[in-house]
Amino acid sequence: MNLHEYQAKGLFAQYGLPVSEGYAVDTADEAVAAAEKIGGDRWVVKVQVHAGGRGKAGGVKLADTLDEVRDFANNWIGKNLVTFQTDENGQPVSKIYVESCTDIETELYLGAVVDRGTRRVVFMASTEGGVEIEKVAEETPEKILRAVIDPYVGAQPYQGRELAFKLGLKGPQIRQFADLFMGLAKLFDELDCSLLEINPLVVTTDGNIHCLDAKVNIDGNALYRQPALAEMNDPTQEDEREAQAAEFNLNYVALDGSIGCMVNGAGLAMGTMDLVKLHGGNPANFLDVGGGATKEAVAEAFKIILSDDAVKAVLINIFGGIVSCAIIAEGIIGAVEEVGVEVPVVVRFEGNNSELGRKTLAESGLNIIPGESLVDAVEKAVAAAGGQA
Amino acid sequence: MSILIDKNTKVICQGFTGSQGTLHSEQALAYGTQLVGGITPGKGGTEHLGLPVFNTVRDAVDATGATASVIYVPAGFCKDSILEALDAGIELIVCITEGIPTLDMLAVKARLEITGARMIGPNCPGVITPGECKIGIMPGDIHLPGKVGIVSRSGTLTYEAVKQTTDRGFGQSSCVGIGGDPIPGSHFIDILGLFQEDADTEAIVMVGEIGGTAEEEAAAFIKANVTKPVVGYIAGVTAPPGKRMGHAGAIIAGGKGTADEKFAALEDAGVRTVRSLAEIGDALAEVTGWS
Repeated sequence: MNLHEYQAKGLFAQYGLPVSEGYAVDTADEAVAAAEKIGGDRWVVKVQVHAGGRGKAGGVKLADTLDEVRDFANNWIGKNLVTFQTDENGQPVSKIYVESCTDIETELYLGAVVDRGTRRVVFMASTEGGVEIEKVAEETPEKILRAVIDPYVGAQPYQGRELAFKLGLKGPQIRQFADLFMGLAKLFDELDCSLLEINPLVVTTDGNIHCLDAKVNIDGNALYRQPALAEMNDPTQEDEREAQAAEFNLNYVALDGSIGCMVNGAGLAMGTMDLVKLHGGNPANFLDVGGGATKEAVAEAFKIILSDDAVKAVLINIFGGIVSCAIIAEGIIGAVEEVGVEVPVVVRFEGNNSELGRKTLAESGLNIIPGESLVDAVEKAVAAAGGQA
Repeated sequence: MSILIDKNTKVICQGFTGSQGTLHSEQALAYGTQLVGGITPGKGGTEHLGLPVFNTVRDAVDATGATASVIYVPAGFCKDSILEALDAGIELIVCITEGIPTLDMLAVKARLEITGARMIGPNCPGVITPGECKIGIMPGDIHLPGKVGIVSRSGTLTYEAVKQTTDRGFGQSSCVGIGGDPIPGSHFIDILGLFQEDADTEAIVMVGEIGGTAEEEAAAFIKANVTKPVVGYIAGVTAPPGKRMGHAGAIIAGGKGTADEKFAALEDAGVRTVRSLAEIGDALAEVTGWS
């Protein structure tokens, strides 16, 4: 789960980490009031969306007057920001973050991730802050410094000091950086993070370490024990259908093809999409109904698939393990009767109760095309959707 | 022979009396698995499905001599259950549960490295040696005792590979679902090594998917260590970057972990890859000369 910058900075502040004074606001009036409260004659105003590349897209501005703060807020609230990380529609802006301005001497990078290779939390730091860190990692990997955290011993101050010295920090900055490192490691562990990033981490003109940006991702599997973080979820930043699917324990990802797919199991769902593509079609979505699919979940899956106007045919591929094909068949019949399906539906059943499932569908009198095999079903779906895409 | 489990493997079940534990224990017993008891704290001394229930894994191990444990407890309790099994000296832990927090798995994984015990999963269908022992949630009847070793990150994709090898009469030596999480207890290379050593396994099917670098590591391992024919399939060619495709581990991040890269790595290692998951059986016949 992604957090907004203002939420991440709120968490940083709770952990005593150096962030600027700032306020997230919903209106232009509130933005001006926030700037007045912060004081001074210069502010940074930032749109709050779940996407990087805000600066280049015009979603971050240095404001020298309260009018500029007001104009920025008026300009953006209620609009969508399109960046290189968003789709063509962009992400909706409902909040603006108003922050005091920081005078920057140098820009650094500090981040932490769960590294699948080492099976550890790994901190990464670099003198190349403010730019795309993936590029730095690829082109000049020697400029990425690492600290690997032992899951039982935890982060140690010496690891922070080591990074600080290698980054070329001096004097009191060493201690400041080591404290920041320890604080971040604590936050990562206590809040079940999957990713933390400060880009840029800066040295201010008066010589202090300061977090100018903050990005925090939380492990979705851990939200049950992070109720305060679960409340920070902003569904407006997600695809509407994906959010709706999640409510029914369905995994749905929208794609841009014409064949709606309903499959049990994430791997088989991907494999089915690949097969559709291989046979000349284009999948409209990824949809995993899960191992314990119920009649209701199948009906809901149908509704979500059909809410995409681009869908010209639906392909259902079920390999019954725990789930019985007979139950899925009833779900399909119920959904077709309830929602009304006007596009061709191709069904392939295999495994648990597949014969009964096929028989149930055949006797339902509904216009459902049986797939004799996996490939047969895919070919029929591609043909039903109008042939090669 | 086979890998990990056979007809002599004594298995206990953690989360035995719960709905999932009960359902799959009944099926395991019907399949012939030597399930010898289960653990539900507070219900020790009672019976369930005609088997003894214990309060702790240690009690169960002491009383039954079990060496394998299958875990069906809810995600929030899995770390505790796995560590309890490790502490009681269980050699093979199969964790079916999905949704375990990643930081819990980091701690578990570090513990596994120290103890040397083996864990399959989490978020997996389990392990089966057809005709002998079934630990997990896979449908037993699609399997056939035979000569193909199957290892996969996905449940239902494993079933597709199983069906194709059963339909052709090749059968399976053992099938291992290592699970779709970013931090699995066992990786492809662990299982590939076992299949290479197993006399009953004559060919290997490896089913991977997008995300991470486990398939690339497997390719390097195969190149250096595996002499048996390997057929490889990777799901997710059509998956867009940055979108998690159901499994917690299946995401193309920072341009890494794409299916194309994985196919290329496997092909470089001499693996016969298939772009269509329906062609796994055909490819096996081709590389082995079996008909």
